[in-house]
Amino acid sequence: MALVDIRQRSGLLFGLLTVAHIILISTQLGPARGVSLPEAVVFGAFAEVQRGAAAAIGSVNEAWGDYLGLRAVRSENKVLHSEIWRLQVTLQQEQALAAQARTLQNLLKLQQSTPLQTMAAVLIGGGASPDFRTVSIDKGTRDGLRQNLAVIAQAGVVGRIILPSIRASKVQLLIDRNAAAGVLIERSRAQGIVVGDGSDRLRMDFVANDANLLVGDRVVTSGIDGIYPKGFVIGQIESFGREAGAYQDVVVRPTVVFSTLEAVLVVLTSVTASE
Amino acid sequence: MRTVGVVLVALVLQTMAARFLVGGSAVVDLVLVVVVYLALTKGPVTSMLAGSAAGLVQDALSSGVIGIGGFTKLLVGFLVGSIGQQFIMTAALPRFAIFLVATLLHAAVFMGLYMLIGFRTFSSPFTAALSQAVGNVVVGMIAFTIIEALPGAIERRKLSRRRK
Repeated sequence: MALVDIRQRSGLLFGLLTVAHIILISTQLGPARGVSLPEAVVFGAFAEVQRGAAAAIGSVNEAWGDYLGLRAVRSENKVLHSEIWRLQVTLQQEQALAAQARTLQNLLKLQQSTPLQTMAAVLIGGGASPDFRTVSIDKGTRDGLRQNLAVIAQAGVVGRIILPSIRASKVQLLIDRNAAAGVLIERSRAQGIVVGDGSDRLRMDFVANDANLLVGDRVVTSGIDGIYPKGFVIGQIESFGREAGAYQDVVVRPTVVFSTLEAVLVVLTSVTASE
Repeated sequence: MRTVGVVLVALVLQTMAARFLVGGSAVVDLVLVVVVYLALTKGPVTSMLAGSAAGLVQDALSSGVIGIGGFTKLLVGFLVGSIGQQFIMTAALPRFAIFLVATLLHAAVFMGLYMLIGFRTFSSPFTAALSQAVGNVVVGMIAFTIIEALPGAIERRKLSRRRK
């Protein structure tokens, strides 16, 4: 029997691959869908690629910074020749250092102000598909992280860990279409659930029509979901309107700017223990 | 081997760029752009294999069902590759149309499959699909222009150096 040259039979290849994909998809449609082995293996392997790419970009940034610094020092030396006050240089250097350390100080302040046990982590990559809002961080099970731990930043709640590998973890951002958190309005204590819709805004569901709301009200975590600790800021009400049903249509603007995130804190303390 | 490298670079760039795009509405699927490019230049078999593998990796790296992204890119690779074999796709307008239609088809099948199995809801699917289509068309057209203009530009540079 002559062997079929698959390069000449694209329709046959398409059929075979389609069947393979359908089988693969159907294996994941059971009721108890956890983290699959292929997902964990691929993420673990690719996280190392992301770590390497992030390190390479960091090195280039550092080298560029050094080059710019060298140029700055050269011009500064020219100024120093003409100026008498050497203390001015020291002051400038301290100001530069203070600016560089500001981000880390803010993070440290949050770490000290919260009674929860936390661990700082750095973002090493984003999600591979624009349809999902996930990021990768540089800490994993080796550092004590596990699934469903809350991830926060100085501005507020970031998301939760959905897939920890040995040296990295995948974090589902609060703006992902599959993300949700139990919340309440800080001023009126009206409860609801915020859900992501894939955009840069959140939707607050199950807010009763008679609930007292104002534009600008702070939305904080209620702690009822068992993932996010109570009282952490999610965002502010941007708009709301009364629907025909029993609930209001509420749009929340997150306080965290997800596109500029660089470092986060993972809450290690379980929520039930902290309450 | 070069195809594997191109797909890997697209995946790395996608994950690095996604950090800065996660909060915004401007989205580009670089892997889909590569799949369409491969389909038009190398035919359906290469694009199907590359799209299928890259889609599966994207699924594993995202928080979705493994296989949906793979199947969607397999379908796009097959259809665009088959069209590319039947028609001449060297002019800008047909390429523009192909990138646009491929992205819209990808979005429709991807979101449709998720809604079909009930794993996800999409509150504004048309906006998401259109913004992705615009992003992919822009990146795809620029990539095609650069890739095609690069050998000529290098050759011209060499000739001008020789003359000097």
